Formats: sequence, C-alpha cells, structure tokens
Amino acid sequence: MIVKPMRRNVLALMAVLGACLVMVSASALAIGAVHLRLSEVWSALIGVDPHSEANIIVRQIRLPRVILAALVGAALAVSGTVLQSLLRNPLADPYVLGISSGAALGAIIALYAGGRLAAASPLMAFGGALVTIAWVYLLGRRGGRLASYTLLLAGVITASFLSAIILFVLTLLSTRDVRGIAFWLMGDLSVVTDVQLRILGPAVAVAIGAIYFFAKDLNVLLLGEQEAAHLGVNVARVEALTFLLASFLTGMAVSVSGAIGYLGLLVPHLGRMIVGSDHRTLLPTAALGGAIVLVISDTLARTIIAPAELPVGAVTAVAGAPVFIYLLRRAAG
Amino acid sequence: MQTTAQSSAIDSLRPTPDSLLQVESVSYRYSQFELATTSFEARPGELLAIIGPNGSGKSTLLDIASGHLKPLTGAVRLGGEDLHRLSPRRRAQLVGLARQDTPLLFSFQVREFVRQGRHPHLGRGLFETETDEQWVEWALEKTSLVKLAGRRITEISGGEFQRAVLARTLAQRPRLLLLDEPTANLDIGYQIEMLGLVRNLAASENFAAFIVTHELNLAAELAHSLLLLESGRCLCQGTPEDVLKSDLLSRVFRTPVAVDHNPASGRPRVTWAMGPAS
Repeated sequence: MIVKPMRRNVLALMAVLGACLVMVSASALAIGAVHLRLSEVWSALIGVDPHSEANIIVRQIRLPRVILAALVGAALAVSGTVLQSLLRNPLADPYVLGISSGAALGAIIALYAGGRLAAASPLMAFGGALVTIAWVYLLGRRGGRLASYTLLLAGVITASFLSAIILFVLTLLSTRDVRGIAFWLMGDLSVVTDVQLRILGPAVAVAIGAIYFFAKDLNVLLLGEQEAAHLGVNVARVEALTFLLASFLTGMAVSVSGAIGYLGLLVPHLGRMIVGSDHRTLLPTAALGGAIVLVISDTLARTIIAPAELPVGAVTAVAGAPVFIYLLRRAAG
Repeated sequence: MQTTAQSSAIDSLRPTPDSLLQVESVSYRYSQFELATTSFEARPGELLAIIGPNGSGKSTLLDIASGHLKPLTGAVRLGGEDLHRLSPRRRAQLVGLARQDTPLLFSFQVREFVRQGRHPHLGRGLFETETDEQWVEWALEKTSLVKLAGRRITEISGGEFQRAVLARTLAQRPRLLLLDEPTANLDIGYQIEMLGLVRNLAASENFAAFIVTHELNLAAELAHSLLLLESGRCLCQGTPEDVLKSDLLSRVFRTPVAVDHNPASGRPRVTWAMGPAS
C-alpha cells in the first residue's frame, strides 16, 4: 500500500496511529503485577481518588514509564528512518551502526566525571552519537560513495569496540552509582524521573518536527546525492542538519534508556511496507509506530516473566534481529 | 581541423537571436585532463548530441553545461541567466539532467519516482499542488508509463527504467534537458524510441535537449547538430553531414570508418570498415 502524500492523508494517518497509541498505552497502564480495569485506569488518570492504590500504580509507576517508552520509541524510529535515507542503506539503525553505543559511552563518561557534567549526560550522549556517526560514515565511504556492506561492517565493529570500552569503564566504576551493564548495552525503561521526561518530551518533539521540515529533501536524497543536487537540494546542508538531528534523537533516547536495539530498523521497515517511502508520510508513521512498538515491547518486558523483568532491549532484539537478517538476505539477493 | 574549431568557436560567440543556451568559452582542468575552451549554443526545440571517444570530456562538458560544474573560464547562459550564479533550486527549475546510474536501494512506485521531478517547483509548500500532479501525469503519459505507474521501480525492465528517468526529468519542465547516455543498455528499438521521443518533445515543448552518446548513427538520424570531442578539444560542430566525415572519425576513434548515406533517410551512416576478424 502507498499513501499518497497529501496534507489530508498525513493528518488522517496520524489520527489513526495516534488512536492506536492511545489504546496501546491504556492497555499498558492496565496490565502488570496488579491488573486494573480500563475504567480504573481512567479514574486514576483524571484523579478521582488521589490516594487509591490504582491512582498510585497508574500515575506514579506506569504512566511515566509508558510516556518514556513512547518518547524513546519515536526518537529511535525517526532516527533510524533518517539514517537509512542519508546512508541510503535499508539496514542502517542507530544500534546496529554503533551510534547508540557511542551515545551510551558519552553519557557514562559524563556520569563518571560527576558534578556538573553528570547533569549534561544527554548532551554528552548526543556528542557520542555524533562522533560515532561521523566515524562510521567516513569508514563506510569508498571512493566518494557509500559502500553498503563496508558501512554495516564498520558499524558492527564500532559497536562491539564501544561495548568493550563501556564494559571496561563500568567495571572501573562498579562502586559508583552509575547504572549497570544491562541498562547501557541492552536498554531499559524501568527507571525514569519526572525531570527526565520534562526535558525529553519537548526535545524529541522539536527534533522530530525539525526533521519533518526536511521530509521532501530526504525523498530526493533517496535517489542519491548527485540526483538530489540536480533536483535543487542543497545536499551538504540537508545532510549535515539531518545527521545532527538524528544524532540528537539517538543521544536523548540513549541517555535515559540505554542502547535499545533494532527499533530503528524494525519500525521504518514496517512503515515503508504500510505507507511507502515518501518521508512526508513515513516520518509521522515511524514516530507514532515507534512509540506504539516500544510501549508494547516494554509491557511485554515487564510482564512475560513477572515478577522478574527483562530489559526492553531483549524484547526488541528478539523481534528485530530476524528482520535484520531477512533484510540482509534480501539486499544480498 | 584546428582552423575549423577556432572559427566555429568564434562564430558561436555571437549568439543568434533565437538561441536559448549559450555555452561561452568554457574550459576546465583536472589533474590528468584538460577541457580546452569550448563554445556552442542551442536553440529551443533543438536536439544536440555530443560524441567522441571515452575520456574525451563529454561528461565534463555535460556537467558544465548543466550548471553543476563551474568552468575555470567562460560562462553558460540559459535564456540570458548565468547558470552558475543561480541557486540550486532555481537552476533545477530550468535544467533537468538525467543519468542512468541512479542507485536504488529503496523501492518507489514509478509515479512516486517521477513525482520527485517536481521537487524544485514545490517552493515552501510541503506537498504537491494539483498543477504538480498534472505535470507528473503528463510526463507518465508522454513516456507511455501510465500503465506502469503503480509498479515498483525496482521491478520494471531496464528500458522502462530509462523511460522513468526521462519522465522524472520531463516532470521538472526544464528549458534545457541533458541526458547522459540515455540509450546505454537499450536494444535498438528502445534506443530509437527514446531519442525520437526526446526529439519530438523538444520540438513540441520548446526546450533544448542535449545528449551525450556513443551511438553515432542514432545521433546522425535524430540530432539537429553534433559536437565532436577528442581529448578535451572540440574538433568540430555542425550538422551530422558536417561532422560525420570518414577521415575525421577514423582518426578520432582510431579505427577505419566509412561514411555513406542511409538509403531510407538520406542521413549520414557510419560503418566500421575493419576487415573480418582474423
């Protein structure tokens, strides 16, 4: 199916996906160690009885986590979509290319340094993502062109190298209050503060909005840099700004949830199947779809082996890795 | 031969009143290659073909004429505007350049692919207007792609893909259309269809078309004028009759060539006069 890129269609698409997100989120608020009815969730949300058990569970425990999942999911899916278009590689993903690991390392270094720098860990994560993107991009370029497999290999090796560094740093820090290895390498949504949500919400919304501004330029970039230049796109400017925004989204997401994998691969791929490759329809689909998929994944992560919890990254990897292999084989064939 | 090149260069410095494109004394230099000062012009409705051996500078000249490569000297004017001084977007409204080596990793529908040609005309709006969509349909129609418009671009044949590239460039509604080897990898039927289409559209839509090609006979049949390059020098330009001379072609292409006339069209016909393979 292809959705024709028109304002009316984009708004309709967003309304449908937005409604899905609301339904999924409502279910996520109801499901857990204590099962609630949707009516109880509703009463808790509108604050009928602020001291009831349901109110505390919904508003203090589950709602922040659902909001975090939605924001991180949107950020990673949009970041993946943009990376795929910029690198002209359907297999690009912030996690596979090591960009999430770079962001995680940046955040960890900030936390290790402590003091004022610790508060700037989202910005350090952004910096880590940016440096890693630039590094992988340069490694993947051969004779002025991006070589698809070289790029992937460069990313995979970079990711594994950075993971080793992260392990090393975290082992050194084991006595300090820095979150654990599973959080940074696999991703986890279980701990979130209101302050983080207050920063993350507007940051993600503004960055996605800014990327949408480049939607039609990204369409033309899918044809190649040369073709895009012939069609009047200021290629260097568009690429630099969208790389920056994609790194920013990855950095923001990783600084609060660690390196959640494959979402940036899975969701854009599903999006392309559903609405086509036009970024004017694909970007909103990826944003809302990413939110939906991560809210579902996180609900699974905290319920399938309850009372224990999985890191959410384990769930997305189980779903995403087969898709990666499928795409890889299709690209090779 | 040198005198011919000189005098024709000087002649074309005086633009004829109805010329659309003026390439004025452009030159360029890479580390290993130099494009000597070259001038030519094209009128609306005209199909101009650049011919010459591999590495003779055809693509460099195409890049310069399209406004994407800034020449070391000289200028390119289209309808009086200096192409190298225009913004990329304004230039893309005037000049369409189609190459065949578009790498495609993502699947588009043919119609989506052709719609990209409207990009320079979108302005601040994020979406195509009714007019944009009409030009997309027009381009699909002219290239006989209407029936394939819903197919995936990765699933159509080579010849259909070349037509889709042409359609995308036509949807740009350029005043100057440049095609880099538009007939490469096409069978003879598609070759004739493709260039015939470009020639007819140039006439009916009043744009100038400018192709780089290795197909000398196709150029002889369909182009209004030819420009022959060798090692970065423009050896001569003129009608197919003027340019396609056996002694000249034999020397430039380093192989014996005979030129006679196609009995059907009366146009020059080039044949390789090499003996049978030993």
